[in-house]
Amino acid sequence: MGIEQKAANLGVVTTTLEQAINWSRTNSMWPMLFGLACCAIEMMAAQGASYDMSRFGMELMRASPRQSDLMIVAGRVSQKMAPVLRNLYDQMPDPKWVIALGDCASCGGVFNNYAILQGVDEVVPVDVYIAGCPPRPEGLINGIVMLHNKVKAEKLPTWK
Amino acid sequence: MDSQFLPIVQSCTEKFGAKASEFRGEVTLLIPAEKIVEACRTLRDDFAFDMLSVETAVDYYPQTEPRFHIVYILYSTITHSFLNLRAPVGGADPEIDTVETVWPSANWREREIWDLFGIRFKGHSDLRRIMMPPNWEGHPLRKDYPLGYEEVEFTFNYKEISLQKPRGQR
Amino acid sequence: MREIHEFTLDELRHLFSPRAQTGETMVLNMGPQHPSTHGVLRLIVELDGEIVVNCVPDIGYLHTGIEKNMESKTYQKAEVMTDRMDYLFTIGNNLAYSLALEKLTGLQPPPRADAVRVILTELSRIQSHLIWIGTSSLDLAAMSVFLYAFREREMILDIFELVSGQRMMTTYIRPGGLWRDVPAEFDGMVRKFLDYLPRRLDEYEALLTKNPLFLDRTRGIGKIDTATCLQWNVTGPVLRATGLAHDIRKSNPYSGIEQYDFNIPTETSGDIYARYKVRVAEMRESLKIIRQALDKMPYGPVRDNNRKYVPPPRSEIGVSMEALIHHFKLWTEGFTPPPGAVYTPVESPRGELGAFLESNGGPKPYRIHFRTPSIPLLQALPLMAKGHFVADLVGIIGSIDIVLGDTDR
Repeated sequence: MGIEQKAANLGVVTTTLEQAINWSRTNSMWPMLFGLACCAIEMMAAQGASYDMSRFGMELMRASPRQSDLMIVAGRVSQKMAPVLRNLYDQMPDPKWVIALGDCASCGGVFNNYAILQGVDEVVPVDVYIAGCPPRPEGLINGIVMLHNKVKAEKLPTWK
Repeated sequence: MDSQFLPIVQSCTEKFGAKASEFRGEVTLLIPAEKIVEACRTLRDDFAFDMLSVETAVDYYPQTEPRFHIVYILYSTITHSFLNLRAPVGGADPEIDTVETVWPSANWREREIWDLFGIRFKGHSDLRRIMMPPNWEGHPLRKDYPLGYEEVEFTFNYKEISLQKPRGQR
Repeated sequence: MREIHEFTLDELRHLFSPRAQTGETMVLNMGPQHPSTHGVLRLIVELDGEIVVNCVPDIGYLHTGIEKNMESKTYQKAEVMTDRMDYLFTIGNNLAYSLALEKLTGLQPPPRADAVRVILTELSRIQSHLIWIGTSSLDLAAMSVFLYAFREREMILDIFELVSGQRMMTTYIRPGGLWRDVPAEFDGMVRKFLDYLPRRLDEYEALLTKNPLFLDRTRGIGKIDTATCLQWNVTGPVLRATGLAHDIRKSNPYSGIEQYDFNIPTETSGDIYARYKVRVAEMRESLKIIRQALDKMPYGPVRDNNRKYVPPPRSEIGVSMEALIHHFKLWTEGFTPPPGAVYTPVESPRGELGAFLESNGGPKPYRIHFRTPSIPLLQALPLMAKGHFVADLVGIIGSIDIVLGDTDR
């Protein structure tokens, strides 16, 4: 994004440009299929017919990290899985965001022991944490709307 | 004791030196570790215990002789009954024969016992770690292995805990 | 954070054929993250062109240390962790643990608690089979079944939420009975669901059973026979699809299930199609059981009276001194069952789910181990997949219905 960085101080022109690009980023954010445990079932239920996530632009989940821009870490991350998670995060192209879905991804949850990472933010930087064990699909949708609001408030100089 | 178990108990006590006990309707035979494969083969062939339902280990830590008991629970689809077997294993460098040749389903179960308890199985075809990463040190389910508990973070110990944790960077 | 430990072919030489060493066959990794929605399973497959010569499952990516963690909590607090093992049959995990504790301590749940336990367990079984039919059809590219199945599942989750407040991890079944009595709307909601589901099951059958694409992808694929199943300790619908009518609910019954009249569906061909037919038939049988249990449900208490193990109801605490003391002891120190070891199996939608519990007389479980049905199923996968195409491998994994939380605990 070279030209925009250089033109960052052009006032009205850059404000509208920011809004346009942020709007297009939020409305077509594709999540990566990273369901690990129980929260993945609630993520699938949120994808289903009763709590539809395709109205937020997330019609399908791409399995390939190269084609997605949102990683929803749904479930507990064990010691064996942590480097795999980081590898997948590194393979995603910019701009990318991470949602930590559920208690186990946010802080280790019920499991305070040798085998589970106490919070996935030890490995990847997280944008939104969603609490619950497992959180209701409405909770996930609330988190996604919160992420959309965060993305809409992003400014040019701080773009990823 | 249920009458169908009496011939089994008698035969095992004669041939393998087993000690029988009963608790809440379940029969347990304590068999010495050297005779376990023979005992399992006899039970499978003569008494129709065709499935090995459970194979796991229990650690009695401060007591070192025997430190572990390996528990086998056999099931018979014909008589619909369960039978428990226990094999005591010592603490320093524990080893026992594998029952993989009797029931192939013991393969992964014994790998799990090796991974989590450190008990070697002689003659196992593929003894590697299964649950923990391959270069992990230690055997987590032993009683002298710590739980790996992380202190709960409150405002008064925020600095010691949260600021020392590793954080993922972009 | 550790580095990824990459296996070299040398280390795994004993698992692959000699053709892999010369490079005639390809050894590929179907990594822990992949498009099929079955959790973090890693398969190392040896391929000759497109045909699978051998496949080696690598598990442990979801190992949670539940067994060790439960050893450091009291019996009451430890039950919360059991829900999260087999997260598609959550009621059943609680049931296996509660039955083990009841066997150990001699508690007797009253008949009303048994009836509600049976109803909730069968509802959970239907819910698990609905997820199975949704995700395995999604793997075989029948995407609309996924959306329909999740819509039906919402009705069951509404019932769970009515009863316990939580959609999935209910912890409603506790040692001694239930947490509390079911509300008045329970009967109406369950009956409405019972009237609604049979037509929907007919719709799923109309979509799949005689569909030539589905038949081509499932007939004759992933065969296994009864003797192999018994040797590898495979139980559940996979065993019933090979011809042996073995079901823990009939052979070692629990929770008063022997008073209800139901059949065990079996098929003989042992392939993916047979497993599909067995599971759909099982859903119909579960509806029969729920209807009988609802009709026969007795009135009465839902918890055993033994105050040494079962907490008193909150209304009694204000008026009785003993109730207050029991409540205090149970919540601070916890109860102490007698020393000994028990094993109680339960029929889960995947097979035999059992809890092996050994106590040494203390307030915390000394050793708890769960015999989970997904481990033998996954161990038998290479036998089922030999000689098939990679696309069939995906179908076979879908049909055996594994849950990785169950496998890795």
